[in-house]
Amino acid sequence: MTEFLTLLRKELLRFWKVGFQTVCAPVLTALLYLMIFSQVLDNHVLVHGVRYTAFLIPGLVMMSVLQNAFANSSSSLIQSKITGNLVFVLLTPISNLQFFVAYLLAATIRGAVVGSGVLLATCWVGGLNLAEPLWIIVFTVLGGALMGALGLIAGMWAEKFDQLAAFQNFLILPLTMLSGVFYSVQSLPAFWQELSRMNPLFYLIDGFRFGFFAVSDASPWLSFGVALGFTAAIGLLSFILLVRGYKLRT
Amino acid sequence: MSVSAVSVRQVSKTFASARQPVHALREVSLDIEAGEFFGLLGPNGAGKTTLISCMAGLCRQDAGDIRILGHDTRSAYRLARRALGVVPQELVFDPFFSVREILRLQSGYFGIKKNDAWIDELLSELDLSDKADHSMRSLSGGMKRRVLVAQALVHRPPVMILDEPTAGVDVGLRQGLWQFIRRLNRDGHTIILTTHYLEEAEALCGRLALMRSGQICALEKTETLIRQFAKHRLTVRLAEGGCLPSMLAASAEALPELQRTWQWTLDELAEIESVLAALRESGCRLEDMSIAPPDLETAFLKFMDNGAGAAA
Repeated sequence: MTEFLTLLRKELLRFWKVGFQTVCAPVLTALLYLMIFSQVLDNHVLVHGVRYTAFLIPGLVMMSVLQNAFANSSSSLIQSKITGNLVFVLLTPISNLQFFVAYLLAATIRGAVVGSGVLLATCWVGGLNLAEPLWIIVFTVLGGALMGALGLIAGMWAEKFDQLAAFQNFLILPLTMLSGVFYSVQSLPAFWQELSRMNPLFYLIDGFRFGFFAVSDASPWLSFGVALGFTAAIGLLSFILLVRGYKLRT
Repeated sequence: MSVSAVSVRQVSKTFASARQPVHALREVSLDIEAGEFFGLLGPNGAGKTTLISCMAGLCRQDAGDIRILGHDTRSAYRLARRALGVVPQELVFDPFFSVREILRLQSGYFGIKKNDAWIDELLSELDLSDKADHSMRSLSGGMKRRVLVAQALVHRPPVMILDEPTAGVDVGLRQGLWQFIRRLNRDGHTIILTTHYLEEAEALCGRLALMRSGQICALEKTETLIRQFAKHRLTVRLAEGGCLPSMLAASAEALPELQRTWQWTLDELAEIESVLAALRESGCRLEDMSIAPPDLETAFLKFMDNGAGAAA
């Protein structure tokens, strides 16, 4: 257990030591989104009967959770790979399962810390409820774990920062931006609605938002099922790659 | 029957390559006994680092088995890794942490919760006590190298692999490092060393394996290997105007980088007298003369040049 706890501690310290970059910066970004969109749309739009600004906040919180969970595991792994210090973990008796869980948990915790920061920084706007807090926790954990696992895959696959940036900018960013963070998918044309429903991150954000307002585009149980399925699938894939030592052990 | 510190059996490893596969290890077998100071030598690309990586679990062999103190590196990898400490060849470090933090983390990775007494001892032995709370980024290359040694030792492994540990380390620090490693060996640690500094290998290692093209082509005690492939050498420098007598020309080798200097490789020390006698009779005056004992560098070069030795 000490092996696992040490690796987890190291992963947490790694982002905490540069907290200005890893926590404060994404909180500020989310705050800017909120200020801009609320200025433009708050007086004109109601979504599911909720003021637009209040509707937007859970989306921004969950987007921060997802992006930062991904960034944590992927950047930690690729930095360690490129600088070569990953060897200090690979040489130890830490099992693949311990490695996997430590990275996932650290990613989830960073996602939750940044998400909490965004929530604290934006809650002054008002209109937020905590209708179903259990769903908020469930989707935070699932979102963090899913993106942590995806970050592990990206970190193992990428051999240079450029490749990781491509993964982040051309896959993760569109998936998060087009998942209903800024709008209800019901306001989209039918084709885009269908396309949005094929995006697993839509269910994470929609389910997370349900936790605040008890209204959502999809049933929270459907969102839970889809999120759980994707988290399990991506988690399993990343664990298999880890066991095989994909691009980690030659 | 005592268990070998390291047992390598028929280990092969091939790396895929765009042009043609690279056979890094070809059915390598060897045993390193507990308490040995063992040297693994060979030219670049011989397979030394691949073999070490397979022992450490950083590289997975295609065939064969490796055991560390009887623990299979694949089926019992956790026990095998606990028994092993590795100083990697590259100067790698985690820039986020101080020296002490790194050593505490490394202890934790091996399941050791409180290790500060041993960490302090390591820091003191490696002359790093005053750098304990410094960031790794602020250390010189030699200091970083010593931190790598401390990291490898933090869990007190009975078997230690040093992959070119003195590359880029100045002479003073190198001496200190070897004193420390020698003491560890005297205390019972098995040491496996790869180095391109053959005088270090000669002075430290009791037994050597010479590798070439992924195979072990010699596995002998250091003194046996030197005796087998190197001999005493007599070097003389004639005074200005001196000319080597024709009767000696056939057995002498001119050293092109030095003027009027010739060298003889001697099967027996008694041959010195006949060379000197011939020089005396020819009226040659000597400006300088030296006798070099057989050394590992000569043996190594001769062995590699001759392509001698089948796989051991």
